[in-house]
Amino acid sequence: MDRGPNVRAIRAVGPGACGATVAIGGGAVLTPPARAVFTPPQWALLAAGFCAVGVLAPLAHALLPADHALRPSSYAVTLAGKFMCYAMLALAMDLIWGYAGILSLGQSLFFALGGYAFGMHLMRGIGREGQYQSDLPDFMVFLDWKALPWHWWNSDSFLWSVFLVIAVPGLLAFAFGVFAFRSRIGGVYFSIITQALTFAAMLLFFRNETGFGGNNGFTDFKTLLGVRIAEPSTKAALLSATAVALFGTFVFARWLVTRKFGRVLQAIRDAESRTRFCGYDTVRYKLAVWTLAAVISGVAGALYVPQVGIINPSEMSPANSIEVAIWTAVGGRGTLIGPIVGAFLVNGAKSWFTQAVPEFWLFFLGGLFVAVTLFLPRGVISLFEHVRGLRPRARPAADAPARPDRLPEGSPPRR
Amino acid sequence: MNRIRPTRGPPARRGPAAFAVLAALLLWLAAAPAGAVDAAALRALAAEDFDEKGAAIEAIAATPGATTLAVLEALRDGRLRVDGAGRGWIVDGAAVRDAVTGAPSALPSPEPAEVTINNAIRAQLDGAIAALALFAPERGVRLAAARALQDGEDDALLATLRRAAAAETDPAVRTALGLAIAAITLRADDPAERLSAARTLASSDRASVRAMLAARLERGADGVPAEPDGTVRAAARSALDAVSARLARAEWFGRIFAGLSLGSILMLAAIGLAITYGLLGVINMAHGEMLMLGAYATFVTQAAFRAWAPEWFAWYPVAALPVAFLFAASVGVVIERTVIRWLYGRPLETLLATWGVSLILIQAVRQVFGPQNVEIENPGWLSGGVVLGPLVMPWNRIVIIAFAVVVVSAVALVLLRTRLGLFVRAVTQNRPMAGAIGVPTDRVDMLAFGLGSGIAGLGGVALSQVGNVGPELGQSYIIDSFIVVVLGGVGQLLGTVVAGFGLGVTGKLLEPWLGAVITKIVILAAIVVFIQKRPSGLFALKGRAAEA
Repeated sequence: MDRGPNVRAIRAVGPGACGATVAIGGGAVLTPPARAVFTPPQWALLAAGFCAVGVLAPLAHALLPADHALRPSSYAVTLAGKFMCYAMLALAMDLIWGYAGILSLGQSLFFALGGYAFGMHLMRGIGREGQYQSDLPDFMVFLDWKALPWHWWNSDSFLWSVFLVIAVPGLLAFAFGVFAFRSRIGGVYFSIITQALTFAAMLLFFRNETGFGGNNGFTDFKTLLGVRIAEPSTKAALLSATAVALFGTFVFARWLVTRKFGRVLQAIRDAESRTRFCGYDTVRYKLAVWTLAAVISGVAGALYVPQVGIINPSEMSPANSIEVAIWTAVGGRGTLIGPIVGAFLVNGAKSWFTQAVPEFWLFFLGGLFVAVTLFLPRGVISLFEHVRGLRPRARPAADAPARPDRLPEGSPPRR
Repeated sequence: MNRIRPTRGPPARRGPAAFAVLAALLLWLAAAPAGAVDAAALRALAAEDFDEKGAAIEAIAATPGATTLAVLEALRDGRLRVDGAGRGWIVDGAAVRDAVTGAPSALPSPEPAEVTINNAIRAQLDGAIAALALFAPERGVRLAAARALQDGEDDALLATLRRAAAAETDPAVRTALGLAIAAITLRADDPAERLSAARTLASSDRASVRAMLAARLERGADGVPAEPDGTVRAAARSALDAVSARLARAEWFGRIFAGLSLGSILMLAAIGLAITYGLLGVINMAHGEMLMLGAYATFVTQAAFRAWAPEWFAWYPVAALPVAFLFAASVGVVIERTVIRWLYGRPLETLLATWGVSLILIQAVRQVFGPQNVEIENPGWLSGGVVLGPLVMPWNRIVIIAFAVVVVSAVALVLLRTRLGLFVRAVTQNRPMAGAIGVPTDRVDMLAFGLGSGIAGLGGVALSQVGNVGPELGQSYIIDSFIVVVLGGVGQLLGTVVAGFGLGVTGKLLEPWLGAVITKIVILAAIVVFIQKRPSGLFALKGRAAEA
């Protein structure tokens, strides 16, 4: 709640905002040189990583005989696919929280919406193979419904479902964002309201009358685009698609944050009023990144459902929503690789804990929340940079918040 | 969230005391020659044949004696044991009494079997017990019995009711008896009798009477109305209107009462949050867990009373208040000192860290008390309720509303009349300035945090008397109480009160139309729109303080 003159904040914004002030005066003199998205070694590393999880692993799983030593097991493929979907979700979280300073506790809502939108298509893919051998999904037969409800219209079309996966989270986020950002709801206000929205949506999806399978959600999928979903080749293709989506999102996000857009976002994060006074329409920037993050989350959810094989309302519980934030925080927000690392680390720990010592998982998770915020505000990535002494001066504000330990988010609402 | 425990209805509640009086009187009467439960009837009860049992019950009820009522009640509740020799025992927990003399006794071995009954017998027993109660010397018993018979289910009771009405001197009981009689005579053969019954029933307040009247007005499949007489039909129609209107009004009051009750709990949950949020600008996500800890402190206090001071058991909720307050307050202070203090100025991180604390607290409680809900018993003075016509207002909810008002007044006193309150208000308005003139802001933060947590602990005591107590108790309250804070305006006590009651009542009024889930969503949407208009809540601080 440091409201005094804050020169450092301006410096943290970097030359982007100053460039704008100069540009208003006439002549864009101070516009920073466009930075490369990645350096060549980084590109190489990225390509190698993609080849490993996006090409080699799926191929090995699909083509090698089942008992081959190098063939990743079905469990490993599913786990890798699931974690990559979570990593996408964490990346989306990082864009809005790490870069724009908006802590959304509703990201898992968009994730689940994407999952449900695609799940509808998968439910139609079951065809007459369900328990009741009906054209309708089993839960509708069970509820004695005679026809598909209106929102299932055209759900047997793959393209329409893909459209829904993008449009539903996007539109909801846009509409909500217009209301929230225009009235300058920020800080913890925004966080709690998104959490309330998620909670309300969860209650809605729990109802049988909503037409999404109530408690049980969607499960027991059989086919996707005419192929059996349990086939190794399908699993491999899904893993590959997830890798494409994750790496694509990563490159795109990196491109975004190295452009002006990313710089303005960071300026908003560090000193929103100043950015506004510099002439930037902060509402538009926030709205854009918020909607984009929702769409990324929706796509992640859509990829998650066929691999994990189930989607139900508990996916959007408030606890799940907040967990996304901790993935991002553990990895290091304000860096793009951090959230991916964090998603893998925390979910790996969760898989281990819930099998080995389930009663200690919540202690660990709770401790993680406390420890990371208190002692490691820049995440495990900052440890790496410490250890390697990685160019501390060469990479100024663009990647990491200048003062990540004291972000002056507006706490009580201001107007 | 607002589950109402099945409360025992007034007749049952007044029962034990009233029946004690009755039993004493009957014991006195027993000295005089009077009928009594005899061995022949008891032997008949042991029979397999339900018709025989029915006849035996009739015989017992026809000649009331010292133990008649106790025997019939025990029979209804499955506590009566008889053997083939016509001896009977009433089992009442550990105590056993002889069915004929009422003297303390013990079960012989092998233990005789309990008398089994079926639904027909149970209905007969209910009628017989009610009829006995109609002539009880105590007014309350007679009134309750007359009320219990107003559904007009048993034509056979008509004669008994008429006899009771003729002997009755108390006007209230006589009115109740009149309604009970009318409920039966509405089906009488004589149109005049039906007409007067319909007119009498206009003053009833029962849903069953509404259904009864509506049934008389219905037309059968052949288009012939159930009630052939036109005058009676007209009277029944106006009676139906009157009863419906009365019931609708009662339902309306019931909803407002439920809303006030929900609102008082929301308010108790939200006040602490409003203070700390106003003061520190941070959301304590572990605030709901303070409610949970308060409820568990009540549970522990209850167990302690049960073990060491069973004679004072009824007052354990009162004793739980300081326990819960101090426990929750000290946990709150510890959280503030160890976690929150280091995160001032970083509200989003505080939110995440306190969420982590709440997870740890939940799991810790799970480890200690187990993941299941623990059982908390309402003491006598908090069970039962006030009956206003068709409306039952449970005592525990009434007490909680009053308790919430007391807590709010106390908090207002602390904030407006004490030095700590002055400091809290100063720091809320302008932290650097307050610090500059010597307010120990650090200590104020800590104490205010303890105060807020302690109030949540008090809320937990209240909550334990109306809802389930489990490790996840607090989780559902954090969103609701934050919404109360947002709506009321940050750091505004009055706003919190109005918003808490307002949200509670609005929610309960909307629920019947929209259902619980849609109501939640509608309220949430309304609040998002509301914040567009008034970003600082209902009662915004005026002047420069608001800009700080």
